[in-house]
Formats: sequence, C-alpha cells, structure tokens
Amino acid sequence: MLTVENINVYYGNIHAIKDVSFRVKKGEIVTLIGANGAGKSTILNTVSGLLRSRTGSITFLDEAVDHVAPHLLVAKGLAQVPEGRRVFLQMTVEENLEMGAFTRPKSEVDAGLQDVYSRFERLKERRKQVAGTLSGGEQQMLAMGRALMSKPQLLMLDEPSMGLAPLLVEQIFEIIRELHQAGTTILLVEQNAQMALSVADRAYVLETGRVALEGSAQEMLNNDQVKKAYLGA
Amino acid sequence: MKKTIRIPMPVRYLINFALLAVLLLTGNFLVNIVDRYYAKVLMLIGINIILAVSLNIATGYLGQLPLGHAGFMSVGAYTCSIFVIRASFLTNYIGEAATFWLGLLLAGIVSALFGVIIGIPALRLRGDYLAIITLGFGEIIRVILLNIDSLLGFEFTYGASGLKNIPKNTTFLNVFVLVALTCALVHTMMKSRHGRAVLSIRENEIAAEACGIKTTYYKTLAFSVSAFFAGIAGGLYAGYLGILNPNTFGFMKSIEILVMVVLGGMGSMLGSVISATVLTVLPEALRGFSDYRMVTYSLLLIIVMIFKPTGLMGAYDFSLSRLLEKGINVMGGKKPVKKGDGAK
Repeated sequence: MLTVENINVYYGNIHAIKDVSFRVKKGEIVTLIGANGAGKSTILNTVSGLLRSRTGSITFLDEAVDHVAPHLLVAKGLAQVPEGRRVFLQMTVEENLEMGAFTRPKSEVDAGLQDVYSRFERLKERRKQVAGTLSGGEQQMLAMGRALMSKPQLLMLDEPSMGLAPLLVEQIFEIIRELHQAGTTILLVEQNAQMALSVADRAYVLETGRVALEGSAQEMLNNDQVKKAYLGA
Repeated sequence: MKKTIRIPMPVRYLINFALLAVLLLTGNFLVNIVDRYYAKVLMLIGINIILAVSLNIATGYLGQLPLGHAGFMSVGAYTCSIFVIRASFLTNYIGEAATFWLGLLLAGIVSALFGVIIGIPALRLRGDYLAIITLGFGEIIRVILLNIDSLLGFEFTYGASGLKNIPKNTTFLNVFVLVALTCALVHTMMKSRHGRAVLSIRENEIAAEACGIKTTYYKTLAFSVSAFFAGIAGGLYAGYLGILNPNTFGFMKSIEILVMVVLGGMGSMLGSVISATVLTVLPEALRGFSDYRMVTYSLLLIIVMIFKPTGLMGAYDFSLSRLLEKGINVMGGKKPVKKGDGAK
C-alpha cells in the first residue's frame, strides 16, 4: 500500500534520514521505533508531504506521491495524527470531528460521526464540550477520531502515547488494536517500543536516521539488541 | 424537562432584517434633525466599524497580526476617488450615486488584489515577523502614493499636496448599508465551510493541514477579504473627507484600527463594532477636556487591557434571536436553551 524507497531528508546541512526504505501492506500495523532523534517523525512528515526527500520515491496505492501537496494526500486516503495531539482547542468535539471530514462530501459527515462515536464512547458523551477542556487521553482519542473522519486508507499515528499516563496508554493501544481488527492499515511511530511491538505486525528499528533492524514484531521482541536498547531487559 | 422554544432560521433572518430596518430609519431620521457635526461623527463610526470588522478577519479569525491595514485602506481610498474623478462622465449616464458605488466596488477589488499580492509572501511568516513585514508593505504603499506622480509623468495621486475636490458622496445611508453588508457577509463567511477552515488554521495550523485544508489558500483568502473591506472603508473615507493625503494612512492609522479590534475582543464581531463606536466617540466627547483628551483615551485602553485582557467582549458574539429565545423561555418559566457551540 505504501512503499518508501531510499529517502534522504535534510534539515539544512543536517542529514536526518539516510537511505531509509520500508513498506506497509494492506491491513497491517507497521511500527517505526527508535530513540529520540532517530528520525521517526521526520519520516512520517516526509510521507505526509510536509518535508521533501532529496532522493528515492514514495508510492502510495501505486501512485508516486513525493511531490503531492499535503492537503491533497488527505483526499487520497492518507491521514496523519500529528505528534502532540494538536486538536482545535477552542472548537467543540463535534466541530473538531467535522473538520476532519473537510475533504469528504457533506453527505458522508453524519455517517462518519456515528462511526467515530460508536468507537469512542467518551467522545460522544462530550460532543458539545470544547476540546481544550478534555484530558490528554481524550484529546488523543479526538485526534484519532478526527483522522478517521477522512476515511483514510492508511492511518499514520505519530507517538500516540506521548505525555499520557500508563493506564491511558493501554487504552489508546486497545483502540489501535480494535482499529486494526476492523481492517484499518496503520503506520505507527512510537518511542514506547514495548507497547508498539505488542500491537504491530512488523517493525523497523531506526537508529540515527538509518534502519538498523527490521522484521516481524515477534522477532523484534525476542531480539537481544532490541531488548537491551529499548525494552530495558 | 419542558421543551424549550427555539426560533426557526427564517424567523431569525426576519428578526434581523426588522432590527436593521428600525436602526436605519431611526438613524436616517436622526441624521436629518441633528446638526452636521453629529452626522459626521455617525458616518465616521460606520467607517471605523467596517475597518475594525475587516481587520478582525485577519487578527481575530485567522489569528495573525498584520499592521498594514491602513495601506489597504489608502489603496481603496485612492482607487475610489481617482475613479470617481476620472470617470465623472459616467455620472451623466448612471448618476452620481451609482458611480460612487461602482468606485467603492472597484476600491474593494483593487485592495483585495493588493491583499493577495502582499499576502502570498507575507503569510509565510507569522506573529511578530508578519507584523513587521505588513508594516513595511503599508509604508511602501504610502510612499508610492506620495511619489508615483513623478514616475508616471502626469498628475495621478497628486503626491504630498493631496488629492483634492473629491466629490463628497458618502452619506449616512450608504455607510449604513455597507456596515450592515460587511457584518452580514463576514458573519456568513465565518459560519461557512471556508470560515471553519480559517478558524482551524488559527487553532492549529499543522492540524489543519493534516485535515486536508489548503492552509496557504485559506490564509491568503482571509487576508484578501480583510483587505477588500478595508478598501471599501477607504473609499467611504475619501468620499467623507473630500481630500486625501497619503500621510493620513501612516502606520499610526493601522495601529488605531488594531487597537479597536483588540479592545473589542479578537474574534468577536460585536466587540469590534462596540469598540469602534466607543473609540470614535470618545475623542470627540472628550474635546471639552482639550489637553487631557489623549491621556484619558490612553488610560482607558490601559485599564481595559489590565482588567479584561481578552477585550471587552472576549470571543462572545451577539445573536438577537438567541437573546429573544432566552427571554421567551425565562418568561415562560423554562430553562434557557443551552447552546453548546456558544461563543462563535
């Protein structure tokens, strides 16, 4: 579904991403894990068109998308939940969700809302509440719900566990699991390797802008190097 | 819980139209009986309301801080005046009033064009940087107006000596109509899909982009709509003064408009309207205090900002129908309708 080949991304003179290649197949959860500064978010932002790669190619649904503007990618079915939630704080929950459906025809909005509400009971309870008054976990749910409103083929989650209490992290990953079972393809970027590997099918381990390891999530969990570096064992 | 009464949409429109008609009639009646000085102040209030409401699009709704609003105003003022003077032959065919209206429309369009031209490079920046760059553009416009004649080789803007003998076509009636139109158009625009897109950019630009919103397009759109109405206000201002000098539109004028918006509450149209009114009336009302006039004015600004930093109205917006609903429901002993999406 998504194929990224040999991308090199620079921030000025800093070579942030070095020859990274990976692929996401339909129905999979693929996770990119790595420490701070490994380049996880940079890769996501490159895929979603916010940053440009100097080389290589990005193919989404058999179409080259390296030079497609970010807002057009959303209409093509690529949705990103940006790092740090970033909900529209002064809008209500429902308005936030409606903004997510910006690229969809008006007739689909209600069905989308029902779908999101059935998945996130909490959001339904708070639909008229201003998003700024939600807790961190609820805001993360809202950000995910908003991304789902655009009916994505591929959902990209950028550190959904960031800044959340362990109990809430469990909840968020439970939701990711449910989305996966419902057939959503997910590209998950995480620092919390343990949690990410527990839900993912396949994983890529990044180190200073390179893919250091790749394989099935199970292999990664059992890999000594990964255990030592990320799982604290 | 008993059912609460909600006023259906068509009735809401009707109520608003009725209110406008009443205001227009009383206003027109007043203008004819009070002396010319008060009539002039009333017109100035109207012009300032249009300016404040239009700047509010860029500051309140889009969340940027442009400091070149007087620039757009001057573009509109000169466009309208030069058109009315040069195209005076049109008055024989369509009459003086219609020529003026045409001039105002042209003023808006030309200003909006300038808005696009300035907006595209300027809106790549934000915050203080945008403020400085728009300040620069505002000054460029002023200096161009001062010096363009020598470049063109013929009298066009009449530079520093000022453009004189502009027909004084601005009346209470056309100011009133344009104020009402501006408020209605801006209001409906902000309630529409495009308005939501603009608001979401203010809330969070990255998230807006992630939702598939063309942020550059909508930022430029909001900016040029803001310029459009500023241009119209400029045209009215020219027809009100009868004489134009580029130095009227220095950056202090921009600051003055910005003060109105901030004092009223960014993002509140009612706030802009009220504070434009107060800040126009106040210097006039304080004329009796001569020397202390500007001191009082400044003190008022400081006091409001200390005790109500979000501005007089915050983000609250006024809906007559909502007020009526509340009244009806309270009198009927029912709980008022809770509007969740409230403020905006």
